[in-house]
Amino acid sequence: MRTSRDSRWLDYFAVAVSILVIVVCLLPMVNLLARSLSDSEYLVRGEVGLWPKGLNFEAYRLVLEDTKYTWAFVWTVIITAAGTMLSLFMTAICAYPLTYDHLKGRSVIMSLILFTMYFNAGTIPMYLLLKDIGLLNHPLVLIVPYCLSVFNIILMRNYFYTIPTSLRESAEMDGANPVRILVSIYLPLSLPIIATLALFYAVGRWNTYSDALMFMNKREFYPISLLLYFLIQSVSEVETYSLEGNIPLGLSESLKAAAVMFATVPILLVYPWLQRYFIQGVTLGSIKE
Amino acid sequence: MNRTPSIALKTRDLRTYLSKYWTLYLMLLLPMLYFFIFKYIPMTYIQIAFKKYSIVKSPWEMPWADNHGFEYFIKAFKNRDFLLALRNTLMLNSLDLLFGFPAPIILALILNELPYHRFKRVTQTIAYMPHFLSWVIIAGMALQLLAPNTGLLNIWLKKLGAGPIPFLNDPNYWVGTYVVLGIWQSVGWNTIIYLAAMTSINPELYEAAAIDGAGRLRRIWHVTLPGIRPTIVILLILSLGHLMGSYFDRPYALRNPLVKDVSDVIAIFVYNYGIRGLQFSLTTAVGLFQSVINVMLLVLADRLAKRFGERGIL
Repeated sequence: MRTSRDSRWLDYFAVAVSILVIVVCLLPMVNLLARSLSDSEYLVRGEVGLWPKGLNFEAYRLVLEDTKYTWAFVWTVIITAAGTMLSLFMTAICAYPLTYDHLKGRSVIMSLILFTMYFNAGTIPMYLLLKDIGLLNHPLVLIVPYCLSVFNIILMRNYFYTIPTSLRESAEMDGANPVRILVSIYLPLSLPIIATLALFYAVGRWNTYSDALMFMNKREFYPISLLLYFLIQSVSEVETYSLEGNIPLGLSESLKAAAVMFATVPILLVYPWLQRYFIQGVTLGSIKE
Repeated sequence: MNRTPSIALKTRDLRTYLSKYWTLYLMLLLPMLYFFIFKYIPMTYIQIAFKKYSIVKSPWEMPWADNHGFEYFIKAFKNRDFLLALRNTLMLNSLDLLFGFPAPIILALILNELPYHRFKRVTQTIAYMPHFLSWVIIAGMALQLLAPNTGLLNIWLKKLGAGPIPFLNDPNYWVGTYVVLGIWQSVGWNTIIYLAAMTSINPELYEAAAIDGAGRLRRIWHVTLPGIRPTIVILLILSLGHLMGSYFDRPYALRNPLVKDVSDVIAIFVYNYGIRGLQFSLTTAVGLFQSVINVMLLVLADRLAKRFGERGIL
């Protein structure tokens, strides 16, 4: 079938499209890397393409030396690590009981959870709530209010459903309680979905800037994306939020590129480790419902 | 079956049931508390949309707004910025739907035809990557790549003899750039679900079609596409339900003062007027209007899907 001559062109076409996709996806990153390593003089003249010109690490040195950026980086690592662990814990303890078909009140609980996926109160009620419970401008506001996602709960529950109930039943015979069964049977068998959700939650925390923009006005608790947002967005705000000390004006272009790289690299480092799991995790979890 | 259990038996059943499974309810306690505090309590604050906001009173005690409580809804629809935000939200979301929705279907169909397995995996891995970059990072890349004089794309265009294009600084180009960047970010990721649906199509269907003399294009048309039809319908319902939705991160990261007439969507209006301008009643009304329309669209799309014989999501 595949070798019949009349349809060979489709193979070539598919390969060509794939190559195009790869190039289009990688091009902006290669360009960014080249810019961050270039001398700003060449950048301003519009001479930097895919290869750095006037190779130097000055922009990276400045970003790394700036305590505001390095602290924002460390703080974002803390938010991401703590937030991801909290989210995974909450998702697991929410999804697991819901896999017991005979659990009394299960459908009521399920509807209460699902309803929040279709209807939400909006930004301002959330803002006022956070204000009233004292979370506004509190460091925890970047971790707690968005720690659970209904979609992720469904993904994990559907994954748990693929584990044969006979395993659970035999553990119950041996006198294991649900907590024990979750910890020593379900979680070890659910590595693909745990890795997938860890990636989702971690990327969500790492990338967040809008909740910090809205709910956090203490600069020392700005996550890296928000600093980056101010840095790249507007010239006037760059002056307020840019790196300390006197930076030669010409350097600002390569500096922006380096700052973007600084926030991108952690994702690019984590992604390949987890990505072998997530196709399985996502498809197994979402196809069922 | 004899179903006349005494009350005593029932309570004993319940007691043995609870003694065995109370830990399940204990586990659910924390997540339900989360949903109660962060999803349901905010819903009680929605009444602010119908009331005169007061910083010292609870939402239950605030006095009703004029015009039977609808003062702020009327105000919103007289506000030029809101009407602009409404138009922009609908415009950008429709364009996303029109171009962004079919894109992953087409890409998945093409990737599915790739003859080399390893090459397919490499392509997929790279195509998924943009999905994990934040809009701040993408905006940072885009600002540099698309800068009128120093950006790589305009350098190349200049070499081809075309003038520099203000991709992000001119309202007309900005809309196009917004849509294309959206596709760039999500197209690869969105193929996952279609590719998964394609693997579950019965291979005998392809063989039968081939025996009937169908070429590869006809097999795509008559076997693959119908095979992923349910998936397409479900994702289409979800997209239609989001037509009035508005995300904050993407337009806010890509906007600048030059293009605010096309970039400022409802979420940005709410941020500017509510959190920065402290007009809580007005912006809560806007948020409520948006949520209600969203739910209506979702229900409507779901009904429509069911009428066409699909399973729907509700």
